[in-house]
Amino acid sequence: MNDIFRKYQNWLMLIVFIIATIIALIPLFGVLGYVLKNGLSALNIQFFINLPKAMGLPGGGMANAIVGTLIMVLIASLIGIPIGILAAIYLTEYDRHSWLSTVVRFATDVLTGIPSIIVGIVIYTAVVLKMGNFSALAGGLALAIIMIPLIIRSTEEMLKLVSHSIREAGYALGISKGKTILKIVLPTAAKGIITGAMLAVARVAGETAPLLFTALGNQYWARSLNEPIASLPVQIFQYATSPYKEWHQLAWAGSLVLILMVIILNLVARFAFRSRSI
Amino acid sequence: MSKQYKLTASLGDQILRLLTLSMAIGVLVLMVWMGWQMFDTARPSIQRFGLGFITSRVWDPVKEQFGALPFIYGTLVTSFLALLLAAPIGLGVAIFLNEMAESRFRAVVGFLVEMLAAIPSVVYGLWGIFVLAPWLKTTVEPGLAKWLGFIPLFQGTPVGFGMLAGGLILAVMILPTIAAISREVMAAVPNMQREAALALGATKWEMIRVAVLPYAKSGIMGGIMLGLGRALGETMAVTMVIGNRPDILASLFAPAYSMAAVIANEFTEATYDLYLSALVEIGLILFGITLVLNFFARLLVWSVGRGPKGGSIV
Amino acid sequence: MGHTLSVRQLEAWYGSNQTLKGINMEIASNHVTAIIGPSGCGKSTFVRCINRMHETLPGSKVKGEIILDGESIYEQDPVVLRKMVGMVFQKPNPFPSMSIYENVVAGVRLNGMRNKKTLQDIAEKSLRMAALWDEVKDRLNYSGMSLSGGQQQRLCIARALAVEPSVLLMDEPASALDPIATMHIEGLVRQLKEDYTILIVTHNMQQAARIADSTAFFLNGELVEHGPTSEIFTNPNDKRTEDYITGRFG
Ligand SMILES: Nc1ncnc2c1ncn2[C@@H]1O[C@H](COP(=O)(O)OP(=O)(O)OP(=O)(O)O)[C@@H](O)[C@H]1O
Ligand SMILES: [Mg+2]
Repeated sequence: MNDIFRKYQNWLMLIVFIIATIIALIPLFGVLGYVLKNGLSALNIQFFINLPKAMGLPGGGMANAIVGTLIMVLIASLIGIPIGILAAIYLTEYDRHSWLSTVVRFATDVLTGIPSIIVGIVIYTAVVLKMGNFSALAGGLALAIIMIPLIIRSTEEMLKLVSHSIREAGYALGISKGKTILKIVLPTAAKGIITGAMLAVARVAGETAPLLFTALGNQYWARSLNEPIASLPVQIFQYATSPYKEWHQLAWAGSLVLILMVIILNLVARFAFRSRSI
Repeated sequence: MSKQYKLTASLGDQILRLLTLSMAIGVLVLMVWMGWQMFDTARPSIQRFGLGFITSRVWDPVKEQFGALPFIYGTLVTSFLALLLAAPIGLGVAIFLNEMAESRFRAVVGFLVEMLAAIPSVVYGLWGIFVLAPWLKTTVEPGLAKWLGFIPLFQGTPVGFGMLAGGLILAVMILPTIAAISREVMAAVPNMQREAALALGATKWEMIRVAVLPYAKSGIMGGIMLGLGRALGETMAVTMVIGNRPDILASLFAPAYSMAAVIANEFTEATYDLYLSALVEIGLILFGITLVLNFFARLLVWSVGRGPKGGSIV
Repeated sequence: MGHTLSVRQLEAWYGSNQTLKGINMEIASNHVTAIIGPSGCGKSTFVRCINRMHETLPGSKVKGEIILDGESIYEQDPVVLRKMVGMVFQKPNPFPSMSIYENVVAGVRLNGMRNKKTLQDIAEKSLRMAALWDEVKDRLNYSGMSLSGGQQQRLCIARALAVEPSVLLMDEPASALDPIATMHIEGLVRQLKEDYTILIVTHNMQQAARIADSTAFFLNGELVEHGPTSEIFTNPNDKRTEDYITGRFG
């Protein structure tokens, strides 16, 4: 083949890939730009301290939704992180090569691909219908189910990075396997595990679909974990699809807050805890 | 170890082992239980409508008539549209980042692409309602109608809210998945392959074409399938821009409905058991499809490198 | 005080691959016993059998008997046994998440000792025995990874000594170190035999000659010869030993 042709073909393909990358980034800057522009103009102190106002009145806030999101993410973390870490310990420390571990690993990967609204349906039928009401607990549980596979996979990756000689050093000191895992292996992988957990938290903090019929939403403060509770994503959804201009403003402001939460979590996770060398 | 010697473990150790084992098994139980829960709730609808559920296009809660075809149609059209756009672009991004960009640039752009996946879907929806849909209505759809209007896909009144908007937003949302998995499997291609191609005098593109892509092909297919799975089940952004009308129309401009969207919109309004049951049956179908899709996608991705084998223990 | 070990008909496998074949060996207390032999002959496997570390690997198998001071080690809880039989590895492996101090007392503390004063005393005593105290006493809270390779290895020795074992297994403890650090470790081994029974694997014949009271030569999973170091090096009984020592193979 002609060398000049090959050179130009090479050059052309490289440009095509650069253009693809630029196209991919346009929506990112598009979304971030609009959220920043519309969100900043609508964001004020009232947003953080006020409850929502009735039907399109100005001056409302999302205080209860922010707190609601924090509460449900906390519940999800308290359930999801320990379960995920324990399961990952089984997969790496006790039974790394068995068929059971392979099946569990595979199921975990498959679970991460299940639509989050499915989790909402399941928790609705299994918890909300049984308890008779929507609740922060049901919402947190739904988020926990989404978190578990994410935590398992990231923790497993991190535990695998811990050198086997560290474990042997523990055994050789007469430290039992359990204590070696909990007091030596886990702390060695701690940074990476925390990074994974933060990314999982960032992921579920923005989830809307699994909360629609588990936590539902609430215009007021929830007085207990056993009643409907507001959350930022659900509130944004309701306001965005409402006909009122004031509520649209609030939806943008809410989006800005939500995105900032998610991006900050991502940045902290990736850069503050980046040193993954073990 | 041979049987004649005793290997004891303290009670605490045995408890920890059992605890971790039960959590690991719990993952399997969770998956089966989710399927069962939905099947159980969907049973009245399954018994009442049988296969007709997925072939009927009538969705009329007032008359207790439930057919899921419009939702299946809307879901499939938007998802495949998204795939059509996101697969080549995502693959292009992966090639650019893995094979061309220098490392600092790669880190920054790689992070930005991952951020696309971090933006909550409700925010995409908000942006879709107030930015994307109006732009489609005033600029893109009239343009498409003018130049490509002879194709039924691009006929009809520009509305903004419809399958085109849904497909575009989905494309943005699944692009990072496709790019990330493609990067992962391309990174698993041994460097020797690349060097061998370069040593034969191949240009960079020829090296990518003959040494990298063939090797990573099945993994990339897996990544695209995972992207498809994500598109099929994506709820909020689609709900907010697809128009939410259970029609089956050829035009991409036309409002439609998706499986996830109808669940999101009508679930809390389902006033009687059969209605709820029908909605859950839609969820069950979605669960089944994404389960199968993810199953095969993961098989493909695992088959390329990073699979379940894991490192040696010593 | 150190303890005596007697090994009887020891056999070990990795999967179907037999690594040790009918080893019989008496190991005297308060002695330094060197294990020499070509690479892959089973030296590491042998010492790993003595603290029952070998059996922790999936697919491994052991047969035979090892008696520690009159009692079979296979009748004991391996976790308890390993407190009596300490081990130092070829590559220094301090716990990355722990400080120097925490590394030294890890074995004691994770087995339930809480008293701070006692722990501090143990740390100082062990670090002194490992000839590391003067170098680290001002930075006990630094990470164990902040030390040089030779210091890390002595930290690992201190960590092993802190649990007060009676037998110390050392698998090529100096092979990753420079000559000065090696000299440190050798001096240490000579001192430690006052209190411990020491088994040291080495590739370095001069090292064995310098520090060991007796030497055992392994070949292809068999114990060829075991006797006083001077005898093994000057007047071996077996032709294969002589060949190895004079550098004719291995
Ligand atoms: N984890 C393992 N899995 C399988 N086979 C192993 C393993 N470790 C060692 N072996 C095999 O067992 C035999 C003895 O190994 P061992 O490590 O005991 O030798 P060594 O004498 O310590 O060698 P070196 O001087 O190189 O350290 C070798 O043939 C080796 O290939
Ligand atoms: Mg060895």
